[in-house]
Order: sequence, then structure tokens, then C-alpha cells
Amino acid sequence: MERKVVITGMGIWSCLGKTLEEVRDSLYSGKSGIVFSQERKEAGFRSALCAHVEHPDLKPFVPRNLRQFMPEEAQYAYMATRSALENAKLDQDCIDKREVGIIYGNDSVAEATMHALDKFREFKDTSACGSGSIFQSMNSTVTMNLACLFKLRGINLTASAACASGSQAIGLAYLLIRNGLQDCIICGGAQEANLYSVASFDGIQSFSIRENEPAKASRPFDRDRDGLVPGGGAATLIVESYEHAVKRGAPILAEIVSWGFSGNGDHISTPNVAGPARSLELCLKNGGIDTRQIGYINAHATSTRIGDGREALAIDRMFGDYKVPVTSTKSQTGHEMWMAGASELIYSILMMKNDFIAGNINFENPDEETACLNIVPETRGAHFDMFLSNSFGFGGTNSTLIVKNL
Amino acid sequence: MTREEIIAKVNAVLAEEFEVELDAFTPDADIKDTLSLDSLSLVDLVAIIQYTYKIKVPASDLPKIKTFNDLYDYIESHLPVE
Repeated sequence: MERKVVITGMGIWSCLGKTLEEVRDSLYSGKSGIVFSQERKEAGFRSALCAHVEHPDLKPFVPRNLRQFMPEEAQYAYMATRSALENAKLDQDCIDKREVGIIYGNDSVAEATMHALDKFREFKDTSACGSGSIFQSMNSTVTMNLACLFKLRGINLTASAACASGSQAIGLAYLLIRNGLQDCIICGGAQEANLYSVASFDGIQSFSIRENEPAKASRPFDRDRDGLVPGGGAATLIVESYEHAVKRGAPILAEIVSWGFSGNGDHISTPNVAGPARSLELCLKNGGIDTRQIGYINAHATSTRIGDGREALAIDRMFGDYKVPVTSTKSQTGHEMWMAGASELIYSILMMKNDFIAGNINFENPDEETACLNIVPETRGAHFDMFLSNSFGFGGTNSTLIVKNL
Repeated sequence: MTREEIIAKVNAVLAEEFEVELDAFTPDADIKDTLSLDSLSLVDLVAIIQYTYKIKVPASDLPKIKTFNDLYDYIESHLPVE
């Protein structure tokens, strides 16, 4: 029997805010979270642009000996998850009586690994790495830490799928709950925001160099886009079966209607059109959704020339004459990478719940490929009850989710 | 470095790292209990001594360091010659 899968809580730690209300207002007002980082410039970055993500203070919540195991992204994820659990009215007592799982997207722990190995090399002694390093340096650091801190006894899994990690994590949670294998899963995505995590990314000249206008640098779909801007933070959604949510009296925000995914089977960094189009097609088909039911698309578009163009063509291929409103919230946040699939679901749900579409800031002119889309350049009031969210990543990993208002 | 200087410095470093109030650091106090060290975080004590004083503490020496006084003695007797 296939079960209905709903979202009952959301929490976020991002450059647009640390509460849902703050993030909603930032989305509505078209705020940019992008800044120029002198630290990155001095360190030798080609582009010193990045999202400004505040560092949380976990001292009031987590004792020192447990914080030792948490790198930056696990700390973001902890704060986002605390908020999401509170939003879902899922307290520790409630968790203790159930088998709650966790599936989180994360695909690097560069800074923690680097610090540990720097100490090892400096002192030529493995003890110099410290007690927390092994737990900080593994890709599954978010799920291993949060599962222990919140005493979770269900599935405990990290999804590493490049910039589709957060979306794939939610897709997997949806699948397990729909098929009756789990009742409730904490899921999301986390992204370290330190400079070391993206130094090599800067090295392949992927970032915008519009340093004199940081707020205008991330401009998905715009003709004059010149690369992405790296972001970070964490976003958590509480996903559970409808029956489970009703039984415990949880607030029900939205339903995950479908998940689609595909691989490009092509180049490691250059996307194609066919792969993303199949992800969209599978998602629509799996959910039995007609394209005209989709009121808004939150695009993956990161502000790169080829990526945005290929996604535009993929959307156009699937939606044809129906010019569905499209935006990329990365115009405000930069590319939140492993976190993006989860944070963008939250951004879209906030829009859906508050009857607006946040404008794709900095979209001034389309190019020959993006002209086929109905891109919303400025925030406007809009009621929609179903949206689609794309996430694509290096290696040609694609994930698409469709969410319905409840 | 005098013993007083060693004590002042090591206490300050440990208080900050393990988030314990300085007044808990009496010479005869048990280090593990005072700093809430378990088998994992004991490694951090070793690492801190190494970062601060360039002294390697082999695992076989750890049983000798039970109290703060033991730690001060250990550092004093292993400090590299200046």
C-alpha cells in the first residue's frame, strides 16, 4: 500500500535568515545574501564573492565533548533541525516513543579534514588530530551527530550526490515513508560555508567575478551571468506519513507528491538537456501530474552559462506551450550546493503558503536559450497549490520533487 | 619557564578548551573528573599539551597523570631545553 507523505516541520539556517519568518521576508523583499569577502581575496581566490552565513553558538545546547564531533555544517544542521522539530511539534519525548530516522544531504567536510591533517603533519603524531576529527571528517558527519544528539533510532543515512544531495535525501525519505518502511524521517541538506570548502571550485573558474556588485553577481538565467556564487548553511524538513502526522496531531504543511531522478551518463561537469528532462518527466509521470497543475518551478539554475541554458531547454521540452512561472532563488542565496535541494523546498513552500513568487533578482535580459521560459524577475503576489523543484549536480545526478499545498 | 608560569598557562588553556571554571582547578583535583574527560576527549588533553608545549605524551605515560599536580610535574620535567 502506498502512503501519503507530508511535511510537518521546517527549519533553516541560511544567508536569508534563521527563522522561517525572516526567510519569508527576505524572499519577498528580494534581499541578496551575497557579500565580498576580503578574507577570500587575501587567501588567493579568483572570486571573493560568497554568501554571508552567520556562525551559530551551540554552547547553550550541546556540551563541549559532543560539540567536538561537529564541524561547521553539522552545527548549521543542528540549529535548522532544532527549529524544524519545534515547528513540527516533535519534542524529545515524542521522538523517544517512535522510530524516527534521518536522511541528510552532505558531500564534503573540507575544513575539518584539512585542520586535522594539518595538525597531524605539523606534529607528526596522529593524536594531534584531536578526539573529534574522525567524526568531523566523514561525509556522514551530519547524520551521525544529529542521530546521537536527538536519539534517533530509525534509518541513519547521508546522501552524497553533489548539488542534488539535499533533494535526493528528501526523495529517499519520501520513498521509504510512502512504502511503509518508516513513519517519520528528519531530512535536509547541509553545506559548509568556509573558504576551504570551495577553493578548488574557485580554481576551475566557476564563480562569478562581478566583485564590484556582490548583490548582482548571482543572476540565474540572465544574459550577462558569469558564474555562480558559493553559499552555505542547512535546511531541515520533517517528513512523515499522513496517518502518522494526523495521529500525533502534527501541523501539516504540504504533501510530497512525487520524486523523479536520472543520471546524465555524460560529462562530469557539463550538463546536458536529456538528463534533466528525464528527471522532470519521471517526476511528473510518477505522480500522475499534468504539467498544468504545476503553478511554479523553483529551478536549479546556478547562474552558469551552460547549466542555466540546459535547464531552460529541459523545462521547455517538458512544459511546451504552458509557460509556467520559473525562478531560481539562488539569485538571492548563491548556490547552497549540498543544502540547496532542501533549502529551496523550504523557500518554495514559504512562497506557496504566503501567496507570492519571489522574483529572480538580477534577471534583466534572457539569452537565446533562457528566452523560452517565463522567468519572474520581481516578486509578485501569486496563488499556487503545487510546485516543482529541480536539483542537479556534478557527475550528472538529477533530482526533481513535486510538492502540493495542504 | 617557572612552575608558576606553567600552572597559569596550562590552566588557562584547559579552562578555555574544556569550558570549565578556573576555580575548579586545584592541585589535587582529579583531571578526568574536573575536565569531564572520557576515553575520547582524553586525546584532546594529549593534543593540547602537544600544541602548547611541543611535548608528546605517549599513551603509556597517561596513567601517571591523575591530578593537576601530576600534569604540572609532567610538563615541567618534559619541557624542551630552551
